[in-house]
This record gives sequence, structure tokens and C-alpha cells, in this order.
Amino acid sequence: MFEFIKQPWPWYISGTAIAFIMVLLLYFGKSFGFSSNLRTICILAGAGKSNNFFDFDWKTQRWNLLFLLGAVAGGFMAGTILKNDAPLQLSTATITDLKALHIPFDGRLNPSAIFNWHFALSLKGVMIFLGGGFLVGFGSRYAGGCTSGHAISGLSNLQLPSLWAVIGFFVGGLIMTHWLLPLIF
Amino acid sequence: MKVIRFVITGIIFGIIMVKSEAASWYRIQEMFRFQSFQMYGIIGTAIILGMISVYLIKKFQVKDTQGHPISFQNKDKRWPKYIIGGVIFGLGWALTGACPGPMFINLGYGYSSFLIIILGALLGTYVYGLIRQYLPH
Repeated sequence: MFEFIKQPWPWYISGTAIAFIMVLLLYFGKSFGFSSNLRTICILAGAGKSNNFFDFDWKTQRWNLLFLLGAVAGGFMAGTILKNDAPLQLSTATITDLKALHIPFDGRLNPSAIFNWHFALSLKGVMIFLGGGFLVGFGSRYAGGCTSGHAISGLSNLQLPSLWAVIGFFVGGLIMTHWLLPLIF
Repeated sequence: MKVIRFVITGIIFGIIMVKSEAASWYRIQEMFRFQSFQMYGIIGTAIILGMISVYLIKKFQVKDTQGHPISFQNKDKRWPKYIIGGVIFGLGWALTGACPGPMFINLGYGYSSFLIIILGALLGTYVYGLIRQYLPH
């Protein structure tokens, strides 16, 4: 069992497991949506005093913060006791495309050429990390949800607005990947 | 137990996102370049099984652990915010390779530089709150 968990999972197992998480949270009387946590953390940091968007009872979202803490712990477990040292199997076409952007493929979860403190604290790195994070935070709140809230929860409940949001996610992602990344890297 | 069950569900979610490699910057690039079925398979399976689950929950009026019928809220119908906000989110998603869940999961995995992305995401959320009344919805 342990060895089975350690391997990378095929897509159908992963997709089933994500649907299971959504149903489990529904069964607990909650709804799966991760980006609400960003707003809750803003409130905990004191944003509520200055702005009415953050003036709501964060305690109703306490469960989601616990879910977030669990996710961090789950990431830690996946990176330690459940770690699999076999390199990631990335498509050769993607490896070639990334090489043209001067981002070498190293077989890990994320490229070490980008995700290191030396790059993260360079001027370019700060713009990518802080700016990219800003777009994710601003966009998910503007759209009223992220991949979990719209793509999984919303589409499962046949919500047309979620389809618009997911189309938006893809349009933005395609613009960044095909037009902007070559200018940035 | 009431509290710990959310932590445990979160742990399972974190493990799933790493083991499915959906938390990988490389996999997100592969997805936006249409060079692998992996991410489409994951998201597609989750949505199809999710639709069946929601349909069955509604049909059989399944109750949650507190005994309340599981209810679903319909999303607000105004559409410009979904398109504009969605595109902004997508730009950041492809750049950082992380949506809000995976940025925290990657931090736990050991990529401490994701802290700056999280800081950016919190700033983005805060600035949205500040200027939302001036934005088209």
C-alpha cells in the first residue's frame, strides 16, 4: 500500500481522489473552494478594519483554514516519507519548448532554475513570484473562485458562470504560455 | 474529531496534488501547450465524477454529518467578472504554475520560495478588496 502511494498516480486515480475530496467536504456540510482562504488570511492580518470586503466573520471559514494547514502537511508528507525519487515523466515536446525558454528540465516537481531563493530575490524573480502570485490572488477573488471552486465544485453543479470562469482561466493561461513567457524568460 | 477531520481531508488533498503532479509547474506548462493528456484526464475525471455525485446527492437528498440536507448555492449570474477575473487568474496560473491550493502544498513540500508567491496572492486579494467597487462586474 505504502509503495503504491509513493508512485506517481495515473490521471484516473487522481481525478477520482479529487472528486472524493469535494464530496467529503460536502458531506461535512462545507464546499470545496481553496481561494477563500486568501481572503480569510487577509482578515486575520487586519484587513477588515480598513475595508468592508473583509468585514465578515472569519470564524465561519475556520474549517477551510484547517483544510489549508492539512494541505501544507500533506505536501510535506508527499515530499518526505512518501517521496518518490524517480524523475517526473514530462512530454519531450514540453522539454524542448522549455529549453527554448532557457528553463532546463531536471525531472523534479518544479524547475530548480526558477524555484530557488537566489532567483526569487532577484529583480526579475520578485516580479515573477510576487507579480504572478498577485495575478492569481486578484483574479481568483475577482472571478469568485479558483480551480477548486469553479472548475471542480462549480462545473460539478452545472454552473454556467463557472464555465465562463474556467474558459477565462484557460484564455489567460494560453496568453501567458504562448505570448508572454517568451518575452519574460 | 470535528476539527481534525478537516486537517485530515487537507492532508489527503495535499498528497493527491503532489502524487497526481497537478502541483507541478512543469505539468501546468505541458497542459497549456496541449502536449499531454495527464492534466485534462485529472480535471475531466474529477468533473465527471463530481457531476454524478452532485446529481445523486440532489436526487436522494443526502444529508450532511449534522443532519442538514446538502445544499448547493447557485453562482451570481453577472458574467463579466468571471471572464475578466478568470483571464487574470490564468495569467498568474501559467506564470507561477500554481493555483491557490498548490502554492501552499508546494511550500509544505519544501519549496520555501513559494512564500513570495503566497505573499503576492494575499496582496492581490487585498488590492481586489480595495478597488472592487471601481471594477466592472
